[in-house]
Amino acid sequence: MIRFLGSRLLRAAITIVMVVTFAFVVLRLSGDPAQIIMGADAPPEAVEAFRAAWGLDQPVWVQYFNYFGAILQGDLGRSMRDGRDAIVLVAERIPATLALTLPALAIKIGLGIPAGITAALHRNSFIDRAVMMLAVAGFTIPSFVLGLLLVLVFAVQLGWLPSGGQDSWRHAILPIITLGVGGAAVLARFTRSAMLEVLGQPYIRTASAKGVPWRSVVWGHALPNAAIPTVTIVGFMVGSLIAGAVVVESVFSWPGVGRLLVVAVGNRDLAVVQCILLLVAMTMVTSNLIVDLLYGVLDPRLRNQPRRAAGTA
Amino acid sequence: MTALLKAEGLVRRYAMRRGLLGRSVEVRAVAGVSLTVERGRTLGLVGESGCGKSTTGRLVLGLEAPDAGTVAFQGQPMSAPGTVAWRSLRARMQMVFQDPLGALDRRLPIGVQVREPFDIHGIGTAADRPARAIEALRAVGLRPDQAARYPHELSGGQRQRAVLARALATEPELLVCDEPISALDVSIQAQVMNLLVDQQERLGLGILFISHDLRAVRQVSHRVAVMYLGTIVEEGEPDAVLHEPAHPYAQALVSAIPHPGRRGGRIVLQGDPPNPADRPGGCAFHPRCPIATALCAQEAPLLKPRAVDGRLVACHVAHGDALPGAGEVRRAA
Amino acid sequence: MTALVALRDLHVAFDGQAALRGIDLDVAPGEAVGLVGESGCGKSVTWLAALGLLPAKAKVTGSVTLDSQQLLGARPETLDRVRGGRIAMIFQDPASSLNPVIRIGRQVEEALRLHRGMRGAAARAEAKRLFDQVGIPDAARRLDAWPHELSGGQNQRVMIAIALAGRPELLVADEPTTALDVTIQAQILTLLQDLRRETGMALVLISHDLGVVAEACDRVCVMYAGRIVEQASVDALFAKPTHPYTRGLLGALPPLDGPRRRLAAIPGGVPEPWAMPPGCAFAPRCGDRMGACDAAMPGAVMVAPGHRAACLLATPKPVAREAVHA
Ligand SMILES: Nc1ncnc2c1ncn2[C@@H]1O[C@H](COP(=O)(O)OP(=O)(O)OP(=O)(O)O)[C@@H](O)[C@H]1O
Ligand SMILES: Nc1ncnc2c1ncn2[C@@H]1O[C@H](COP(=O)(O)OP(=O)(O)OP(=O)(O)O)[C@@H](O)[C@H]1O
Ligand SMILES: [Mg+2]
Ligand SMILES: [Mg+2]
Repeated sequence: MIRFLGSRLLRAAITIVMVVTFAFVVLRLSGDPAQIIMGADAPPEAVEAFRAAWGLDQPVWVQYFNYFGAILQGDLGRSMRDGRDAIVLVAERIPATLALTLPALAIKIGLGIPAGITAALHRNSFIDRAVMMLAVAGFTIPSFVLGLLLVLVFAVQLGWLPSGGQDSWRHAILPIITLGVGGAAVLARFTRSAMLEVLGQPYIRTASAKGVPWRSVVWGHALPNAAIPTVTIVGFMVGSLIAGAVVVESVFSWPGVGRLLVVAVGNRDLAVVQCILLLVAMTMVTSNLIVDLLYGVLDPRLRNQPRRAAGTA
Repeated sequence: MTALLKAEGLVRRYAMRRGLLGRSVEVRAVAGVSLTVERGRTLGLVGESGCGKSTTGRLVLGLEAPDAGTVAFQGQPMSAPGTVAWRSLRARMQMVFQDPLGALDRRLPIGVQVREPFDIHGIGTAADRPARAIEALRAVGLRPDQAARYPHELSGGQRQRAVLARALATEPELLVCDEPISALDVSIQAQVMNLLVDQQERLGLGILFISHDLRAVRQVSHRVAVMYLGTIVEEGEPDAVLHEPAHPYAQALVSAIPHPGRRGGRIVLQGDPPNPADRPGGCAFHPRCPIATALCAQEAPLLKPRAVDGRLVACHVAHGDALPGAGEVRRAA
Repeated sequence: MTALVALRDLHVAFDGQAALRGIDLDVAPGEAVGLVGESGCGKSVTWLAALGLLPAKAKVTGSVTLDSQQLLGARPETLDRVRGGRIAMIFQDPASSLNPVIRIGRQVEEALRLHRGMRGAAARAEAKRLFDQVGIPDAARRLDAWPHELSGGQNQRVMIAIALAGRPELLVADEPTTALDVTIQAQILTLLQDLRRETGMALVLISHDLGVVAEACDRVCVMYAGRIVEQASVDALFAKPTHPYTRGLLGALPPLDGPRRRLAAIPGGVPEPWAMPPGCAFAPRCGDRMGACDAAMPGAVMVAPGHRAACLLATPKPVAREAVHA
């Protein structure tokens, strides 16, 4: 178990380092921040001074090592725009993002999983077809299209809900729906196929042959098995709680982490972009780790392997 | 005259990892096997799942290199796998597997697949190869019009015939059949067994026939070797081994053959099939052996002729080196 | 003899293709009946249909009675009481027939709770007793094991323990040993025979191996392409096989002694369900085929008491000619 955790943590750390490095390289390749922040007509001396102030005049690899050294000391840098700590800037936005993504996650799970299960249990019936049609529609429509459609209908046409901003809970409804629908569709499809796979297994027939009522077969025998693959998808969704709302936040002008990212990229605000990416990588990696541990809980086949082989050297 | 195939002291070890992170464990799949296949004769190899039959088959064909021991084909040592010499040797040795559908390419008609070996080994001229392929199909009882069929359009027996036709196309001298009939229905099994015997008569093939079905082995073999956990524990004429097995494992195996009319009175082995990663010391069979003695737990018996009739057997009790025990050696715990 | 379970004119079709074409079969209390036939002839479907375990797309007609209680189309609650209670069934592949995420002890206890109302410590004690009965070593500790921690033979023992939990009057074993090694096969067959002696339950043993069935059963039914073509006591079947298909099966079995003779293999293969011959399904492979064989499906003929064959060449016993449902 310790070994297992150790190897997973090591892998997680490597993933994070890779993400950070990648972001570092791409950002340096994509234009000169000094020029962009200072504006195209800024005097060359001012630009030079800006470069010197932010260490941009040093060789790239020196910048890279400085950057990593700082991270290891917990210093994620300051925003080039307003000089505040990048981490503070990002942290301010997290609650707003979570205000969208957490309810959306609840919709995904609360809608997607039951829909998938129902569809699987009534395979080829009207319900199944209806669920699958909605699901296909739900995840083929890109979220910005869906968002705009919702705005058109509910904000512009009907005028029931506001189209953007963050002033009251009513402002959150459309973005939450937009976020939730796609994920619910993915989860419904995934749950359905996991469930169908399990329902076709011989042990389901065994349970029925043993006189277990169908309801208990589904709840007691099928669901625990179908949960194993579904956890992967849910884990991925949990992992994208921070980063998954970039598009939707932009569409609805929601002041969350996603919008901050878009703005920061546009401004070449290196420290902020890197801080966000680091955060995203960390949530992803953490949720992956949790999924792996959960696998062990759900699937005894993946736990304590060597029981049967006891006695071998 | 030298034997067609002679294998001596073959050993093959695999490193096996247990689970995702387990330490790697050494599995001795084949632990010192010697066998001989003569021209025009069949050696049957029987034993439980995982005892190393298939591995032995791959070793004698040179598909894998042994960790120890030698294989000689017509008196010549086997060339290393992948070399030119080995490849030309391969035309003279063929293998037939359990699953005919897996052995055939689903996207090609069987006629084309039977032709392939001619192309690969450059046999005959390009012009007469189609005729040769038809002839090969006819030899195994398939009609020329069936050459255009795809594997899924044939029955199980016909598929296995097609596999045999392809294997026999190069007129090999040695055929290794790894459970060629296990996946087939009883009535089809008989068809394939008859076919093997016919082709052996026609071509004078030497056959290594791997199976766990003693009835089938008796039907096609001239000698039979019983394997347990990577070693041969008994070898002899099929009728001798079947009617009067000398090794306790062979006895159990024989008595496990379902018998119309026989009720009870069989030796039922206790315990599970052994785990090659966890090989018991001494005689590998002693933990399950009903007559094991203290000696059996300490010293591995050698395969050697029994004094009374020269039967090859590896058992202390059968050789008279120990009196039959009660098999309680392992149950001390 | 009153039958415990009686199948009458049982038909099953999947997507319009017939899998069973009229099965008539009685199982008497305490009797051991073998069901043999080639792959796909409908052995498993027969009993899955009888217990209502086929998927909804299967069209099942005919009648299945248990002590004159109709099971076909019975309410789910009725079926749930019968399944695992009065009739238990075990399957071919023990490793995948047990739920991988539930401890084996709990899988036995579930059956005990459903059919014997046992819970908690009582259920656990009974589960341990059942494990002992089916010969699982170290039963008390094994209750908490997972299926993947046991070997195939041990898993099949667990399956049998689950089946025994409801004290069934009939155990249907669908190829219980096919996936197992020969020596383990012998263990399981011996166990089934011992249990039958101890509990007096009836046994239906499904197999494609005549040898297995002959050893463990009193009576054998030979199936071909969705029908029973011959049924007789084991001794009669081996002494006087009547249907050419039965004779073919016996001829195809390599003998264990005597001179090596060429096997009398049945030519050809089983007809595809969509190309079923109009008359006797075996006619295209039969050495004794006559013109009349292709005209209509032959009915079962009583050739001796308790011995029936569905072949035009079978000579009926003078008194009791039976024309069973065409
Ligand atoms: N490539 C491999 N890597 C690791 N272990 C292997 C490999 N091939 C075979 N083994 C192991 O070696 C042992 C012998 O395998 P082999 O396939 O020869 O057995 P077998 O007698 O043919 O069994 P079966 O009747 O099931 O085909 C088994 O325990 C198997 O798990
Ligand atoms: N769920 C299903 N859907 C469609 N066809 C089916 C289904 N189950 C069985 N069949 C068909 O019914 C026929 C009888 O199948 P069954 O499983 O009873 O054969 P069997 O005699 O048990 O063979 P085996 O020895 O291979 O187990 C086969 O042709 C099979 O393809
Ligand atoms: Mg093998
Ligand atoms: Mg079946």
